[in-house]
Amino acid sequence: MMCTVCGCGEAQVKVDGHAHDHDHDHDHHHGTEPGQSRLVRIEQDILAKNNGYARANRARFEAQGVLALNLVSSPGSGKTSLLVETLQRLEGAFPRLVIEGDQQTAVDAERVRETGVAAVQINTGKGCHLDAHMVGHGLEQLSLSSGAVLFIENVGNLVCPAGFDLGERCKVVVLSVTEGEDKPLKYPDMFAAAELMILSKTDLLPHVDFDMERCLDYARRVNPAIRCLQLSVRSGEGMDDWLDWLRAERRRVLEARSATLETELAQVRAALTP
Amino acid sequence: MHEMSLCQSILGVMEQAARDQHFSRVRRVRLRVGALAGVEISALRFGFEVVTRGTLADGVVLEILSQPGEAYCFQCGQSVTIEQRFDPCPGCGGHHLQLTGGDELKIQDLEVE
Repeated sequence: MMCTVCGCGEAQVKVDGHAHDHDHDHDHHHGTEPGQSRLVRIEQDILAKNNGYARANRARFEAQGVLALNLVSSPGSGKTSLLVETLQRLEGAFPRLVIEGDQQTAVDAERVRETGVAAVQINTGKGCHLDAHMVGHGLEQLSLSSGAVLFIENVGNLVCPAGFDLGERCKVVVLSVTEGEDKPLKYPDMFAAAELMILSKTDLLPHVDFDMERCLDYARRVNPAIRCLQLSVRSGEGMDDWLDWLRAERRRVLEARSATLETELAQVRAALTP
Repeated sequence: MHEMSLCQSILGVMEQAARDQHFSRVRRVRLRVGALAGVEISALRFGFEVVTRGTLADGVVLEILSQPGEAYCFQCGQSVTIEQRFDPCPGCGGHHLQLTGGDELKIQDLEVE
């Protein structure tokens, strides 16, 4: 390891104590006079700032009993079509909210609003992913209510959004069968970060060389715990499984919220008794 | 490329540290980057040079301390080193691995004046 205090090669450096274990001539002095270099320990996660915002978002979702999902995929996987179909099928079931992330245009948010669901469009400009800070601002424009489901549709990109926690309950990665079964191996970080993989456009399976079993095998190699669903928005096949999954996740969020409230209530009541 | 926003985060941390710990220049920064952190080092270096230009870290030396990927193999019942997420266990060739380390992305320290 290089000694970073004086840049003097192999050394056993103790930073805090500023002890040098090596033996060689220094042509400079160590000290604290102005103009001299010193070492500042940081030990900070580079994503700490984003993670702080993500924690705040997550706390907000939990405190309101909102299920937040981060939908990720490459461009053209049919993510927005799946979202629009999902919103329509869930009409009247429970409150639905959408945050749309794209580099440019409000096209997707407009598509969503046509279903009557409130949607906020975030344009990332040159950015390749949504971050938790942007999502926090997006939330200011939405009214969260207990039992609502928030879909955050991330920028179409299988690389960058993997590293940015938005405060969601989980990431859902959508992969269309026209993209090829090797995507989980090519973009392992995303498939490792996701809890659920949706294989979309299954109505096109007869027309493409997509090896379903191999794709599932690849996905499990990078993420042994990943759950997989197959569906087609066009034919409707598999949509019920996806909606069942959604309802079960929403239920889990509400049960957790209910348990927290009961504990709090018990504490308040206990404090009332003399 | 999200390496660019990582670079901006690093710059943000350095600027905050400069205010807290009273320094005006950063000469060297050491990052601990795990093999499984999903960071392309060459893109990071490129972005870092661009992002730090004209700042307190102009001309800074970026030192990368690489960390190997670590996983636990359920079949072998021991920790193994892997290079990529989908690597098989080097011992048994199986894929029943649980990632245990090597995905960190940290600023370790700064050499400042």
